[in-house]
Amino acid sequence: MSAIIEVQNLCHTYSVGTPFEHAAVKHISFSVEKGEFLGLIGHTGSGKSTLIQHLNGLLKPTEGDILLGGESIWKDKETTRAARFRVGLVFQYPEYQLFEETVYKDVAFGPKNMGLKEEEIRDRVLRAIGFVGLDASVLDKSPFDLSGGQKRRVAIAGVIAMEPEIVIFDEPTAGLDPAGCASLLENIRAYQASTQATVIMVSHSMDEVAALADRLLVMNEGSVEMLGTPKEVFSHAERLCEIGLAVPQITSLFLRLRELGIPVDPATYTVADALRQLLLLKGGKADA
Amino acid sequence: MLKDITLGQYFPGDTVIHRLDPRTKLLMVIIYIVALFLCKWFVSYAVALLFLVTAVALSKIRPKALFKGLKPLLIIIIFTAVLNLFYTDGTVLVKFWIFQITREGIINAVFLVLRIMLLVMGTFLLTYTTSPIALTDGLESLLSPLKKLHFPVHELAMMMSIALRFIPTLIEETDKIISAQKARGADFETGNIFRRAKALIPILVPLFVSAFRRADELATAMECRCYHGGKGRTKLKQLRYRRRDVLTLLLGAALLSGVIVMRHFGL
Repeated sequence: MSAIIEVQNLCHTYSVGTPFEHAAVKHISFSVEKGEFLGLIGHTGSGKSTLIQHLNGLLKPTEGDILLGGESIWKDKETTRAARFRVGLVFQYPEYQLFEETVYKDVAFGPKNMGLKEEEIRDRVLRAIGFVGLDASVLDKSPFDLSGGQKRRVAIAGVIAMEPEIVIFDEPTAGLDPAGCASLLENIRAYQASTQATVIMVSHSMDEVAALADRLLVMNEGSVEMLGTPKEVFSHAERLCEIGLAVPQITSLFLRLRELGIPVDPATYTVADALRQLLLLKGGKADA
Repeated sequence: MLKDITLGQYFPGDTVIHRLDPRTKLLMVIIYIVALFLCKWFVSYAVALLFLVTAVALSKIRPKALFKGLKPLLIIIIFTAVLNLFYTDGTVLVKFWIFQITREGIINAVFLVLRIMLLVMGTFLLTYTTSPIALTDGLESLLSPLKKLHFPVHELAMMMSIALRFIPTLIEETDKIISAQKARGADFETGNIFRRAKALIPILVPLFVSAFRRADELATAMECRCYHGGKGRTKLKQLRYRRRDVLTLLLGAALLSGVIVMRHFGL
């Protein structure tokens, strides 16, 4: 595996030279591997949104650089623009950016801006709409006639249709009902499995990222607090709580069991792993 | 990007100027503007300039912020200066083709530039040092005599404060939508004017949709809290004139009468 995106000593300060000046991101460095699923967590205002807007060149670093495939995205105008298509960014509440008369036209907006041929665009739109779990019959409807959840899916399809190498989701499940969350996350997982795309997902829900991510990046006050596998990160449960985050529910349960003197691994974060350990405790048969 | 617009922005602070009653500040701006238009010669302009410089110094607003506010008006300022430069009769200094520059023209142009700059900066000082809510409160209070003529003062003030309240929200929203469309490769910077105008559609449609949604939600929220107009409504922050307000207004009166006297003597 090789690093597809590298963040080097990134700093970003808003409103330089006014009383509102404030550093949102301070000296961040990390890299994301090709095909990886990176979970990005941090409490509100920790700099997550600022960070992800740097990854596709929407914000220009005050200091530092972003390398995409080993090349700075700020080399020249073309590379910056190309970065927008190579790194797809799904904003928070993306349904508020829908504007076209039909779902088809809206999803086709990105591919059209890439200068693709009409047939290619059609293929991509159909594929994208399939990935987000919508039926092709919505394509001729107005996006404003759809339900909230469907709108969200259309907006996500609009980014996926550009077939970016990296897709960034900023709290994709915010405001959805539990069933909607689960099915959207499943769509994202399936999308990654079939396209081998690199995915970065910002989330507040530890359970969400724990279930999906290969690695977790924890941000606190504009800096990287932790970076590692979910197991590594969740083994620092105390520190996570200190900075206003939590651990997955199953981890808190196991921490509590541990406190009660039951010999379990406190950094357990999946139900399957939890079940295996509990069965081991009970009868010693791990593969029951 | 849009966040850098300073027009009408409030810079919180705790200086004498910040603490003045908004009504005092509003009246002072009116007095100052009237005084500016009564200025006749360098002496009175110098007094007006000194007045503003003192106020800015007291407010601890950085002069750079004030000049930044002038930027959008640069074209208008240059345009009027040039017009005055060429279209004033008097002693001709330079003449070429159909253009002529007169001594009076130069002086007029200088005065006009000075007047516009002082006027704009004076007004900016008001909005920089007064929160929008205080400003509308002050306006409502100043206009309240008109209520007797059945002029909807409260409604007007409420509309104004709602509009002011939503400017930052809408700017933020616009920023977000622009970013989101840029992330899908929208291009706002290249192409001719028609292409650029068309490129605005992906921004304007979502912006209007959300503005209407917000308006609707706000109306519901206000109704839920039994808002029914201004009658019998009390205020959390009562406006009260203090000694510093009286002193400031006296100073304003002194400026105005001083300028009138100077005008009389051709200064």
